[in-house]
Amino acid sequence: MFVDALTFGLGYNATLVTIGAILLGISAGVTGTFLFLRKRALVSDAISHATLPGIGLAFILMVALGGDGRSLPGLLVGSAISASLGLLAVTWLTTRTRLGEDAAIGAVLSVFFGAGVVLLTVIQTMTSGRQAGLEDFLLGATAGMLYSEAVMIAVGGAVVLLLVLLLRRPMTLVAFDPEFAASSGVRTNSIDLAIMGLVLGVTVVGLKIVGLILIIALLIIPPVAARFWSDRADRVPIIAGALGGLSGWIGTALSATVPDLPTGPIIVLTAFAAFIVSFLFAPGRGVLSAVLRYIAFQRRVHVRQGLLAIAQGQPVYEPLTRRLLTRAGLAHADGVATDAGQARAAKALRDEARWDVVRRHEAFAGTAALYDGLREIESVLTRDQIAEVDRLLGGPREATSG
Amino acid sequence: MSPLELITERGQRTAQEPDNAALSVQGLTVSYGQSPAVFSVDATVPKGTMTAIIGPNGAGKSTFLKAVLGIVRPLAGQVRVFGRSGTRAHRRIAYVPQRASVDWDFPTRVQDVVLMGLYRELGWLRRVRQDDIDRVRACLARVGMEDFADRQIGQLSGGQQQRVFLARALAQDADLYLLDEPFAGVDAATEKAIIAVLKDLKADGRTVIAVHHDLATVEDYFDRVLMINVRKIAEGSVETTFTEEALQSTYGGRLATAGRAFHHSDTA
Repeated sequence: MFVDALTFGLGYNATLVTIGAILLGISAGVTGTFLFLRKRALVSDAISHATLPGIGLAFILMVALGGDGRSLPGLLVGSAISASLGLLAVTWLTTRTRLGEDAAIGAVLSVFFGAGVVLLTVIQTMTSGRQAGLEDFLLGATAGMLYSEAVMIAVGGAVVLLLVLLLRRPMTLVAFDPEFAASSGVRTNSIDLAIMGLVLGVTVVGLKIVGLILIIALLIIPPVAARFWSDRADRVPIIAGALGGLSGWIGTALSATVPDLPTGPIIVLTAFAAFIVSFLFAPGRGVLSAVLRYIAFQRRVHVRQGLLAIAQGQPVYEPLTRRLLTRAGLAHADGVATDAGQARAAKALRDEARWDVVRRHEAFAGTAALYDGLREIESVLTRDQIAEVDRLLGGPREATSG
Repeated sequence: MSPLELITERGQRTAQEPDNAALSVQGLTVSYGQSPAVFSVDATVPKGTMTAIIGPNGAGKSTFLKAVLGIVRPLAGQVRVFGRSGTRAHRRIAYVPQRASVDWDFPTRVQDVVLMGLYRELGWLRRVRQDDIDRVRACLARVGMEDFADRQIGQLSGGQQQRVFLARALAQDADLYLLDEPFAGVDAATEKAIIAVLKDLKADGRTVIAVHHDLATVEDYFDRVLMINVRKIAEGSVETTFTEEALQSTYGGRLATAGRAFHHSDTA
């Protein structure tokens, strides 16, 4: 059954929902990356909560004009307008008053959301007997999704992705170094507004599937998870998009498999699972990798201490150190150094003297902070820096003979 | 200074504004809130020179630089770069911001940071080609960082981070280089490497302006000074302008510490 769901074998409606969720996941992950890198993740929460009064007002307006209040395009336009007002309110409060962005977000989020809830209550009394179903936008509702709605989500997601592709360079530049960006002629305010506009687009597109309360999760969790896998700003968005799409796909399949599981929240929980896996197992930044690195580090410390002992003609007693030296071919089983071991020991002693210079001289203060006792000095200092150290040292020969 | 004098002075400057000015600033005033950080500063920097902007903390040195770059909007005044203002001026400027102004845990490698210097040329869509990468590597080599191209920037020492920022500015291939405290908190080797690159730029006919805080090295590194303490105190060649008297009026009571460094360089 779960496999059927994954392979689009559960019928027309389920397939539409799955494709919609995958596209939403991709565009939310990619767009959210720039929001995350710009360190303005919470603004998206204000934007999404500010959609609610727009939804309510659009419904009332459409009914007043004699139409069907539940038309999705109309509701989405309304939500986009009020979300824009919310975004402008946050921007205005942050730049024109003494309020910080956190306070501005709190104020805008709660006021707009409160107004929205009031409007929904009014609508319920107004259309007594007619179920508007607007509260579905809070957490998303995918049952009975129409083909036209799926197409709208797909097109909206594709447009957002295209714009991200177009603006990726200025957005990265503004996120990393806004002053440099401004100095090279990038209009940073416009780019910031563009990032928020794209987030707004994703929010509106995602209202039907995950709803306004949880959309922030799809914007933030995939980029945060992706950050564990890469140190490159051109790859993090791609990985985040992949993780977001995967969450949309597996999440909808899960919710379709078990009766009465809500789609949106399950997608978010799937994304969270992807985060946990990344957090634990990602190479480089993950927890497991950090533990392994610690063990490797401990061994390098032992080898280094063993080498320094050899260089100073002292015997090596410590069993772990002896085992490690023997295994690396630096010492014989009896603890006597091999030729390779002697050479490495001499180098270790010279580097030790160099590090000593680095630590003693004020000029290298920044570099000395990187000293962990055993890193190859060539991996930390540039050649001219090493030359400077050797000059202060009075030449490497002196150090090795001592 | 009365408004009338300002006008005449400005009028003269416009009239005699030399063709060889890399940067000319008139009546530049910048304010955060009610008190001006930079007030009515006039300055002219000739092409092919190296100028140090000096002054005490909070004197508006960085703000002056940012106003020239268009990062902060001036309350009043005019900035011309090679006779042009606005966006067309941007294209001929390269900028080295203060190291502390960015998050060094940002997911980017040394090479990618330097590539940002080429974004202006690359525009929004052009793909990065091998010769772009070659140029980036060449800029890294000029600051002695070619072996570090693939490092995540957070793994660098302070001096190396400063070199990467300089390499990015070199990639911008500009005619006017503006640097904000390039020697702050860097090691001696890096200071040498940076000053060598800056002197090369000058030899190449480019103009260099740096906010500088170490009075002891002004005479060795620069040929002109612009002394600022909210207002302009003095500008001109190091020999004629960088005098104890000018320093006294720039730093006021705060010369006690700065002055010692000055005397030290005098006797050296």
